[in-house]
Amino acid sequence: MPVPNDTNPKLAAYAHPERLVTTDWLAEHLGEPGLAVVESDEDVLLYDTGHIPGSVKVDWHTELNDPVTRDYVNGTRFAELLGEKGISRDTTVVIYGDRNNWWAAYALWVFSLFGHADVRLLDGGRAKWVAEGREVTREVPTPATVDYPVVERDDSVIRAFKDEVLAHLGQPLVDVRSPGEYSGELLHMPDYPQEGAVRGGHIPGAASVPWARAAAEDATFKSRDDLEAIYQQEQGLSPTDEVIAYCRIGERSSHTWFVLTHLLGFAHVRNYDGSWTEWGNSVRVPIATGTERGSVK
Amino acid sequence: MRPTVTAPVELPPRLAELVDDFSGVGVKDRLQLLLELSEELPALPAKYSGHRESMEQVHECQTPLFLAVEVDPEHTVRLFFDAPLEAPTTRGFASIMHTGLDGESADTVLGVPNDFYLALGLGEAVSPLRLRGMAAMLARIKNQVRSAG
Repeated sequence: MPVPNDTNPKLAAYAHPERLVTTDWLAEHLGEPGLAVVESDEDVLLYDTGHIPGSVKVDWHTELNDPVTRDYVNGTRFAELLGEKGISRDTTVVIYGDRNNWWAAYALWVFSLFGHADVRLLDGGRAKWVAEGREVTREVPTPATVDYPVVERDDSVIRAFKDEVLAHLGQPLVDVRSPGEYSGELLHMPDYPQEGAVRGGHIPGAASVPWARAAAEDATFKSRDDLEAIYQQEQGLSPTDEVIAYCRIGERSSHTWFVLTHLLGFAHVRNYDGSWTEWGNSVRVPIATGTERGSVK
Repeated sequence: MRPTVTAPVELPPRLAELVDDFSGVGVKDRLQLLLELSEELPALPAKYSGHRESMEQVHECQTPLFLAVEVDPEHTVRLFFDAPLEAPTTRGFASIMHTGLDGESADTVLGVPNDFYLALGLGEAVSPLRLRGMAAMLARIKNQVRSAG
């Protein structure tokens, strides 16, 4: 039996309200058959300090990434991973995490590459659940292993590679890093080389919209109106645009991908997970510095 | 090409013990050990509590970590760390530094190999990317010890 959607009015205003649930909804539906709750955090130990009862941990780095190649796991490994966590292909998965659901959105995006149909975020994530004084436990569930089919990833729709970004130049790009990373100045801090890139700046033409602007004080997503004001009115993006979002390794931009795709209903948004750690280290790709978007000459 | 051969460096005893503890168990238990260490990180003394401006931020950590280093006239190094409870991994790294190096002499601290943490085997457990914070923490501790000396 499918798990019902959350009919909360705030969520109803979004383009795809079925992609979010509130903490109230989750508290009410915890433990229902067909529902799995997944915690995915930046901090690999945070789940172990206490988590939503019945939830399982999926670590973006050690479980969703291939251990050798810079890529995500393949269909076989993904099937094993989800099967071990007790998740079937038709399970409703609610993902939550720390830092305004930053890593939770990343996990959701990876689940989406494999076409898992019903995957949702907990609006407000871990912070809101904890702030509301709801139950957390250190008890780690031991779900019985289930069969998850081997489905190969589809990288063609919501994922962008470097060559595709090069071909996309001149069309909308959203850089979701901090202003200092965007302008390029963060690479020039004395004494302490920053992680990764040998060049600073941004992809020419990219708009600077730090990802956390989409989050409200309580870690929930801002309302549809507020999000439209940022991405559509202020930045001039349109739901029919082809948009590519990027950050440093593709996690923060998954959050923006979620906002544009599921909350604002943009039909063609891709996440460039190579992001600045690839672009800023690549030979002869165009780069713009400073606060202006710049253009390709 | 062969790497330059250097004399094996002896780690300070409590740091060596931690390396033994971590490398002696499987990946899952390493995480558990790190969690326990994160819970043992001492609270800041009053003189630093609420005074982050007197501490140095370790920017390489994914979560805010603040560090203070004192070297007393006998050249004993004292370490103080501040990291949020929501960042247990970072707290665990800080706790490894505290357990292993607090109370050691300045020379001993400066003699710790910059890559000692590789022997903890945490790369597999938490990912190499997350370990960068640990390398940066040691580098900053050493810088402060040097400038105090």
